[in-house]
Amino acid sequence: MKKGTIKKVAGPLVIAENMRDANMFDVVRVSEQRLIGEIIEMHGDLASIQVYEETSGLGPGEPVESTNAPLSVELGPGLIGSIFDGIQRPLVRIMNETGNNLKRGIEIPSLDRDASWHFVPTKKVGDKVEAVDIIGLVQESVIIEHKIMVPHGFEGTLISIQEGDYKVEDVIAVIETLEGEKKEITLMQKWPVRVGRPYKEKMSPDMPLVTGQRVVDTLFPIAKGGVAAVPGPFGSGKTVVQHQLAKWAEADIIVYIGCGERGNEMTDVLNEFPELKDPKTGHSLMERTVLIANTSDMPVAAREASIYVGITIAEYFRDMGFSVALMADSTSRWAEALREMSGRLEEMPGEEGYPAYLGSRLAQFYERAGRVISLGADGREGTLSVIGAVSPPGGDISEPVSQATLRIVKVFWSLDSNLAYRRHFPAINWLTSYSLYSDNMGKWFNTSVDENWMELRSRLMHLLHDESELDEIVKLVGMDALSSPDRLKLEAARSIREDFLHQDAFHEVDTYSPLEKQFKMMELVLAYYDKALHALEQGASINELVKLPVREKIGRFKYIASDVMEKEYKDILENLDRDLDRLLKKEEA
Amino acid sequence: MPKEYRTIQEVAGPLMLVRGVEDVSYNELAEIELASGEKRRCKVLEIDGGNALVQLFESSTGINLSNSKVRFLGRSMELGVSEDMLSRVFDGLGRPIDNGPEILPEKRMDINGLPMNPAARNYPQEFIQTGVSAIDGLNTLVRGQKLPIFSASGLPHAELAAQIARQAKVRGTSEPFAVVFAAMGITFEEANFFTQSFRETGAIDRTVMFVNLANDPAVERIATPRMALTAAEYLAFEKDMHVLVILTDITNYADSLREVSAARKEVPGRRGYPGYMYTDLASLYERAGRLKGKPGSITMIPILTMPEDDKTHPIPDLTGYITEGQIILSRELYRQSVAPPIDVLPSLSRLKDKGIGNGKTRADHANTMNQLFAAYARGKEAKELMVVLGEAALTDIDKLYAKFSDAFEQEYVSQGYHANRNIEETLDLGWKLLSILPRTELKRIKDEFLDQYYGKQ
Repeated sequence: MKKGTIKKVAGPLVIAENMRDANMFDVVRVSEQRLIGEIIEMHGDLASIQVYEETSGLGPGEPVESTNAPLSVELGPGLIGSIFDGIQRPLVRIMNETGNNLKRGIEIPSLDRDASWHFVPTKKVGDKVEAVDIIGLVQESVIIEHKIMVPHGFEGTLISIQEGDYKVEDVIAVIETLEGEKKEITLMQKWPVRVGRPYKEKMSPDMPLVTGQRVVDTLFPIAKGGVAAVPGPFGSGKTVVQHQLAKWAEADIIVYIGCGERGNEMTDVLNEFPELKDPKTGHSLMERTVLIANTSDMPVAAREASIYVGITIAEYFRDMGFSVALMADSTSRWAEALREMSGRLEEMPGEEGYPAYLGSRLAQFYERAGRVISLGADGREGTLSVIGAVSPPGGDISEPVSQATLRIVKVFWSLDSNLAYRRHFPAINWLTSYSLYSDNMGKWFNTSVDENWMELRSRLMHLLHDESELDEIVKLVGMDALSSPDRLKLEAARSIREDFLHQDAFHEVDTYSPLEKQFKMMELVLAYYDKALHALEQGASINELVKLPVREKIGRFKYIASDVMEKEYKDILENLDRDLDRLLKKEEA
Repeated sequence: MPKEYRTIQEVAGPLMLVRGVEDVSYNELAEIELASGEKRRCKVLEIDGGNALVQLFESSTGINLSNSKVRFLGRSMELGVSEDMLSRVFDGLGRPIDNGPEILPEKRMDINGLPMNPAARNYPQEFIQTGVSAIDGLNTLVRGQKLPIFSASGLPHAELAAQIARQAKVRGTSEPFAVVFAAMGITFEEANFFTQSFRETGAIDRTVMFVNLANDPAVERIATPRMALTAAEYLAFEKDMHVLVILTDITNYADSLREVSAARKEVPGRRGYPGYMYTDLASLYERAGRLKGKPGSITMIPILTMPEDDKTHPIPDLTGYITEGQIILSRELYRQSVAPPIDVLPSLSRLKDKGIGNGKTRADHANTMNQLFAAYARGKEAKELMVVLGEAALTDIDKLYAKFSDAFEQEYVSQGYHANRNIEETLDLGWKLLSILPRTELKRIKDEFLDQYYGKQ
């Protein structure tokens, strides 16, 4: 086809002429350096191109060539454990070939063309197959069995399929369609990132995504297939929350998108995940993780693409029947990239300079999450949960990105800088956060953990709520003005905050809290309150109750390993009774 | 010989439109020659067919549309680097201003640098002892970190930065180090304070200074930090040095950015700053770090003054989202003559967890750090309550917390600008202060450390 030529260069925006033959959203190669770009607007002969690489040195007259295909990702074995940039280029192989800094115009395929994978068919010659049917397996990592699926648009009878070692571009099977056409299936397939992968049916989420984080699981659970947002000012621990979820969330696959964030944070994930063991499988966390990194110093246009690349990879694994969790840190940087391109396109700005379509783009992205039955004759149930961090300027969530996000998500973990200053982590504010899944999930918790789960949870919430009201009174008239039961209530609430909600991400035991342990902790904290209240009625002094020695043990229960938890739990309850008995005897004497 | 154009169509603020150019590319460096023969530098901001929009790095005074000539140099802005730059002083565009000889460059480097491949980064985890308790003990700095100082007009950020530059060291090593200092729009006196301070300690021999003073052209400031960081990258990654970069004052840099953006009539973001300010600041800050296979490192301490002491102002806000923590100075503490007036609660070092602990500082460091934070926060709350209701309204335990927080500010934070405490002194002081509180209150510290240190100081 005809080549276009550059007419104008302004930052990441290039306008090329002679582009009548190209399609909207085609990927183009810009200049002799063959930088990757995408057409985002067409005006007659002129195409506006967002270039995913630094455009310094580009000038009018240089060639622009369309690839006639939209921006797509390569899906196949080799995704797990990899780190890609915003347009799915493999960063480790780029480093090996070009050194420590990112140079321009690098052309390295996303999936390693030389890696060999052992393919085991699950269908045989003569079987009828349709799109997204599984035809075979590849053991991609110790824990992930990569399911090779029939690409979309393929339907017919298998006329050849063979076990063996293949590279991603090798043909592993051939299908004869109803029209008698032969179609080859390779280990790898492609999918355009801006189109959600289709599914047969979408369903409401029915079980929680267990994260091992107490404030999340107990108070504000997220469902498998649900969407959550974590807004918070800088320093409130957004990234630590995201990392904790990526580490411990009970999902089969984690896709982590570092979108416009710090380079060292991605390095941290790269260093730390291989060392950490998944509590469920006992294998390294990296064996289930895909990383997408567009750090803040990398080209801004690729930031816009990065979340689509990530979610397309996540959908691919969802179609295999996995439960997938995607973390995007941070969607605000994505929105800012959108704003920057919009500004350069001289579009009429909406609120705070963001384009008017910000809300609909965000909604489209989050709506790709869900619990679905995949296509294919043997449709599998897979879930895709999305957790997006939002970085509101100054921590003020009245800004457009936060507001547009809150309209969509069902779970809102509100990070609070005041809690962070007190080093209460995770700094999720229990008064302003919410989860619309908590009632739906209640049944699951009651049957899977303990029938009293929801009851204890609602008692915790009430105590915390009462505390905030009592605090107002204390601020006005002082602690002395409170009745003894109210003072005890404050103590119990403090215990909930410090002994239950506070969780140390860097402590080897406390970093992950199984549901059984969370339940035991709730019981202990409330047992103290109930029994102390009882003792109070029998004449014990509030000052003594507050200083009860067993409280220190309750406070340290979170650091007790799960295998000895049962014994410690009984000990504490016995201690509690004994301490209270002693106290009451002393009062009588 | 590059073509010369006499086709300047318009000049407005720092921008210039040149017509009918050929073979000009985006971000290319250009030179404008006035009738007097004086040359000034500029770069291409936008190129549309034959029209080039050019941004001046210097003043536009004296430019004449009919007889000034523009030459495009076919390369982007570069800095000639060499080890001889150490102990020298340059202007904001990298020209020597200390009456010394020109630098004979070993090579020329593009001042915009190249983004680091995140897979090639080495995670910063070497503890830097600054000798300042509020930093070492609570907001630990590590090699390769970018840790800004959020200050405000009239607060002693310069003293603190100079103290860090003077005292910072990695214990038990004697690897080559260097300081790269970039002044952007600060006063002569402040720049001079730094020069004097480097001179007194002899650090001047290992310092490269780029100075753009308040009366130098504002647009030059856009290039200054990039010059400094290019020099730092050269020293760190080619000459294997450990480089400490001090950038002051980022607020002036951002204002210059806004000036150019306004002149281009771009859609402004918050408070008139351009929408791409986050990206632009990140392209500076993210140049700090360590790389695999390279012994050197770049540690960055940018200083910014928060307008109206407002942490949510776009400049500190965007900076905080990019940097790995922040040291915040407080006017309230300054009034109480706490020196340095570091407000430890909102201050933070994100990389501290990997830089402290057994083998790096001391095993009890993480625990005591969290406990000090929690106790100080509670003490401050108790004191607030005391202001409203009087001391009698506090419980006994809250009175202890209030006492703790006073002692903490006076002894731990306020150490003066010339005390250099080693990490053991800092940790022991922490224990001494924690011993004000009963042992049962210290829930964030493991029993073994309590047994070992509690009440022993």
